[in-house]
Amino acid sequence: MRFGPVAAVRGLSLRAEAGGWTALIGPNGAGKTSALRALAGLAAYEGEVLVDGRDARRLGRRAVARLVAFVPQKPETPAALTVAEYVLLGRTPHISYLGGEGRRDREAAARALRRLEIESFAARPLGSLSGGELQRAVLARALAQEAPVLLLDEPTTALDLGRQQLVLELIDALRQDGLTVVTTMHDLTLAGQYAERLVLLDEGAVVAEGTAAEVLSAPNVAAHYGANVRIVEDGAGVFVLPLRSR
Amino acid sequence: MTATAGRVESTPRVEARGVGLRTGLVTVAFLVAALAVGLAIGPVHIGLGSILDSAFSHVPLLHIHQSLGKDERGILWQVRAPRVVLAALVGGMLAIAGASYQGVFRNPLCDPYLLGVAGGAGLGATLAIIYASAAAAGTTWTVPLAAFAGAIAAVVATYALGRSVGAAHMTGALVLAGVTMATFTAAVQTFVQQQHTQQLQNVYSWLLGGFSTATWHDVAICAPYVGLSSLVLVLHRRVLDVLSLGDDEASSLGVDVGRARLAIVVAATLGTAAAVSVSGLIAFVGIIVPHTIRLLVSTSYRAVVPLSLLAGAGFLVLTDVVARTVLSPAELPIGVVTAFLGAPFFAIVLRTSRTLR
Repeated sequence: MRFGPVAAVRGLSLRAEAGGWTALIGPNGAGKTSALRALAGLAAYEGEVLVDGRDARRLGRRAVARLVAFVPQKPETPAALTVAEYVLLGRTPHISYLGGEGRRDREAAARALRRLEIESFAARPLGSLSGGELQRAVLARALAQEAPVLLLDEPTTALDLGRQQLVLELIDALRQDGLTVVTTMHDLTLAGQYAERLVLLDEGAVVAEGTAAEVLSAPNVAAHYGANVRIVEDGAGVFVLPLRSR
Repeated sequence: MTATAGRVESTPRVEARGVGLRTGLVTVAFLVAALAVGLAIGPVHIGLGSILDSAFSHVPLLHIHQSLGKDERGILWQVRAPRVVLAALVGGMLAIAGASYQGVFRNPLCDPYLLGVAGGAGLGATLAIIYASAAAAGTTWTVPLAAFAGAIAAVVATYALGRSVGAAHMTGALVLAGVTMATFTAAVQTFVQQQHTQQLQNVYSWLLGGFSTATWHDVAICAPYVGLSSLVLVLHRRVLDVLSLGDDEASSLGVDVGRARLAIVVAATLGTAAAVSVSGLIAFVGIIVPHTIRLLVSTSYRAVVPLSLLAGAGFLVLTDVVARTVLSPAELPIGVVTAFLGAPFFAIVLRTSRTLR
């Protein structure tokens, strides 16, 4: 895929296992978000994106939206919309262009609200929610889409450590319900903790992929992030600890 | 009993607030009341009872005899009624177009003149008043036609300029292109005016807008456009809610954002151009009415779009009553009345616009 004359991602071949969690990692400008946007059909690309074995371009926008839900890094959350109204907008791919929601759409939205335990504030405006509640509302909207694949661009940006874990646990719970999850992630330790497959991108190409233990090596991080780290590995996972060079 | 209550609690009320029955009835009642006031009030007082008698006397089989004399009937049906109906059509159109533009461009301060409709119409009307009125003396359609053509030409130019920047930055580019077009057409119009100062009065009174010369002919010109545009916009009310999530999210929900935006902009622009061509430039209606509905009812476009149509119609009919009665028998330009009411209101909207996004 390209931005003007510059290709942001080249020769990328990526396979997300059904029911798994794949994390795209890499330094700033590596093409993580571009790759995710191409998967969501939001950016023009050469080559092909297959969803469930079917060519996304042939499926068309609405059909893709029934298969792939996308949550951007900073979702727009119009302050005066209620949580229920916002989550119902997730039903759009199931509703005809000029149509309105039916009973099945309201039921699907209600299920999403219950799954994320926010049914008690269905009637509250988005503007009155706390950061954590808002994250749940955003996930509920994506869940209401009832797409088997969930793409999230940097779901933990600008959250403190506790809230990062909270959101990632929620995503993991949804994955265990059967969703296929693909996220871009900044924090390598957290990526290794939650995703079972890491794909390291640099300058638009895949430079390493595999489990956390395979991808998160000190030479890999040094070569592609230019960072000096110590890798600690124990029964609880792989930890990437930044070290001062001097 | 408790079991039932528990079950009710566990099922969240999941629905989008559209136009509730009560809100809908209140708004329709407001419009009907405004129309009645518009027909009844004027230099010659005509009571509501007489208006109803006169209206129903045309219905066969009812055998109602109207109490109005020939002159009063003429005033009611040939002077006031077209004026009131035209004000309603124009007010409804400007308000629904304003609401739609605010949704499409995700900017609460957009008005229906955003993409150069006002400048184009103003230039077209000015050229027609100055160069064509002598040649086509006696025809009433020259100025509206020129205004309509000017408005459409300006918006097409704005759209072409905005598009050339590229789809990714289209929203911002369109707004800037509209500003550019407005400035350009205003410059040309001012130049033409300065060359023909003897016609300044005519141009000026057209620009300020009004319904003092309204006829059923104007209504017939304007109504099909207003009807069709409003229908398209009302049908897009849910799409406007989806667009409020931003281009990326709307697109990831399966909406063809470019096509939806084009459909809404074309509908809003055609209707606005038709409205402007028969009424001149009437400021602020497209901003006051949608924002009042947002403050009083809901910010969802499912409520804002249809209610703007009804409330805008009622609002402009009442404004026109003020414009023709305050200094009676002289008339205030209606643009002055809407701006006089609109400017302070706009200030309030600005102060609270944090909550309106």
